[in-house]
Amino acid sequence: MTVTFLMSAIAIGTILLFGCVGETITEKAGHLNLGIPGIMCTGTVGGCLFVSLYMGSLEATDSPSWIMLILSSLFGAFLFASLTGLIYAVMTITFRCNQNVTGLAITIFGNGLTQFLMHSYVDKSGFSVAGKIISKCLPFAENSNDVVKVLFGHGFYVYFAVVIALITAFIFNRTKIGLNLRAIGENTATADAMGVNITRYKYIAILLGSGIAGFGGVFYIMDYVKGSWENASTIEAFGWLSIALVIFTLWKPNISIIGSYLFGALYIAAFVFGNISSSGREVLKMLPYIITILVLIITSMMNKKENQPPAALGLSYFREER
Amino acid sequence: MKKNKNTLKEPFVRIVKRDTIKIQYKILIYAIAIVGGLLLSGLISVLFSEKGLGDFFQSVYAGALGSERKFWLLLQNTALLLGTSMALLPAFKMKFWNLGGNGQVLVGCLAAIACMFYLGGKVPDSIIILLMFVTSVAAGAIWATIPAIFKAKFNTNESLFTLMMNYIAQGLVSLCITIWVKSGSGVLVPIAHGNIPDIGNKYLLPIILFVVITVLMYIYLRFSKHGYEISVVGESVNTAKYVGIKVDKVIVRTMLLSGAIAGIVGFVLAGSINHTISTTSANNMGFTGIMVTWLAAFNPLIMILTSFFITFISNGMVEVRKTFMFTNDSISNIVVGIVYFAIIVCPFFINYKLVFRKHEKEEIKK
Repeated sequence: MTVTFLMSAIAIGTILLFGCVGETITEKAGHLNLGIPGIMCTGTVGGCLFVSLYMGSLEATDSPSWIMLILSSLFGAFLFASLTGLIYAVMTITFRCNQNVTGLAITIFGNGLTQFLMHSYVDKSGFSVAGKIISKCLPFAENSNDVVKVLFGHGFYVYFAVVIALITAFIFNRTKIGLNLRAIGENTATADAMGVNITRYKYIAILLGSGIAGFGGVFYIMDYVKGSWENASTIEAFGWLSIALVIFTLWKPNISIIGSYLFGALYIAAFVFGNISSSGREVLKMLPYIITILVLIITSMMNKKENQPPAALGLSYFREER
Repeated sequence: MKKNKNTLKEPFVRIVKRDTIKIQYKILIYAIAIVGGLLLSGLISVLFSEKGLGDFFQSVYAGALGSERKFWLLLQNTALLLGTSMALLPAFKMKFWNLGGNGQVLVGCLAAIACMFYLGGKVPDSIIILLMFVTSVAAGAIWATIPAIFKAKFNTNESLFTLMMNYIAQGLVSLCITIWVKSGSGVLVPIAHGNIPDIGNKYLLPIILFVVITVLMYIYLRFSKHGYEISVVGESVNTAKYVGIKVDKVIVRTMLLSGAIAGIVGFVLAGSINHTISTTSANNMGFTGIMVTWLAAFNPLIMILTSFFITFISNGMVEVRKTFMFTNDSISNIVVGIVYFAIIVCPFFINYKLVFRKHEKEEIKK
């Protein structure tokens, strides 16, 4: 019971972690990307499409290889998600469109595109086999004791998410690139005066952030639910939670590892505990959102400088403007 | 002329801010965007089926205006969307990013349904309807005011706060449904009590109601002191403080109004149209309304056009889905998304112009 609960919490947390780290990167560049839910959707369809292409290319006697499945799902998810991110980037960076409105349009578009392609145009026949292989954990953890199982019993994606979060935290805090990126998010004109190539940094941050967020959706489909497909709205809801999580974790990718598992636990609590009433379950489902609001209020009340959103978040930058 | 390698090359294209633009060009830019967006979505639909581009536009038209019922439905849906957008408008004008329209409509709807459920059959319908109206407006207003108070007091990020309130509203709806529906089916059967009587036909009431609200909102924003304060706060909070406007008060007051109108939309949805509720009763109008408001550049009268246009496309897509035999309804989200993209970039071409690099020869002539 506790083992399944913790395992699921970490799994749901992983979906959120991908989305949260991706959104944090774009927000550090000063872009509030409300398109992340849609981008996580298109990432899903990209990953699934490439997995289905790989599964389709196999002969009946071949058994699919783990490494090829991981690579094709990663590549497809990153490609589709960052292409969707590119639409957002072109519109908000080059065309200086309003970020909130563009993001919402991306989410509507991404949800539609994913539902459309997944429902009718992606061959899902090999997914249950592929899902079993992708979610494979290290062999020693499978039949080990509970502690080892909770820590090491997950598929590749769970650890990949942690690694990405740690690398992102390192880049933000310890490298010049991170410093420049944060400078752009805080005061774009100052960063420009410093000689930082604003446009290049912003584009790379958004494409990279979107690509990382895209892994979340494909992880959910291929690993967590082992290849079954319901609808894009589930993934969209995870996307919104990830955006909330960015605030919860105060724009710090290393904190976001813990934060996302906590959110995962809250999210899954409603489904795992079978002995509560159905109305109690509905109350539990609201909990992650209520806690996000509380965190939002508390951080704004404390008003500490290091816990605030990037100062230039949501503003378009045009050099000739004062 | 010798070219020095060290000097910077003039970029191929650069962006310059425009001072003014003629209204004709403005309209032309929007027209090109809309036609372009529709053509692109038509081509995508054609790509995935065996029909032609002509069929696409014909189906959009047929779906929106094909029969008398469809015509009325189009007007009714437009009115509801217009109503939701009117709720969002004053907040956006104040640069308060209210992404919680869905939740505010939904709690309004929930309050009305609760009145219908608990009082139906026990109290005369007229009293129920009155109570429904009051509770809906109150519920919507409360839902919108909570984030506003925290924004005013602590500058809490309002877009994420209101967004989370959407999910809590949805949670409340599912909670109420699990309590009310004993069978566990999760679907609330339409309630026969407390239904708002039809005037003329069943579509007319929301249409008249929301047109009136639109006109009132236009007057409120254009001619009242409140409307002036809203636009000053939207332009610059510092200016507002300097001229002695109490920004906190304006934020809370405006969101109170905003939520109250969203509550009215919920009231109409519950009392006049659906007579029941689900988590998707708000039909995503909170988000679509943002588009309506944004595309009309915060002008209530232009919003009538934009809400009509967006409803036209989404109603039309229902027919496209049938004739093109798409098995799921997500194609309409794709099309609506593309049309949004096309229109969202328009302000760029209105505010800026692209200057291309001139040919070398011309420069020598100078």
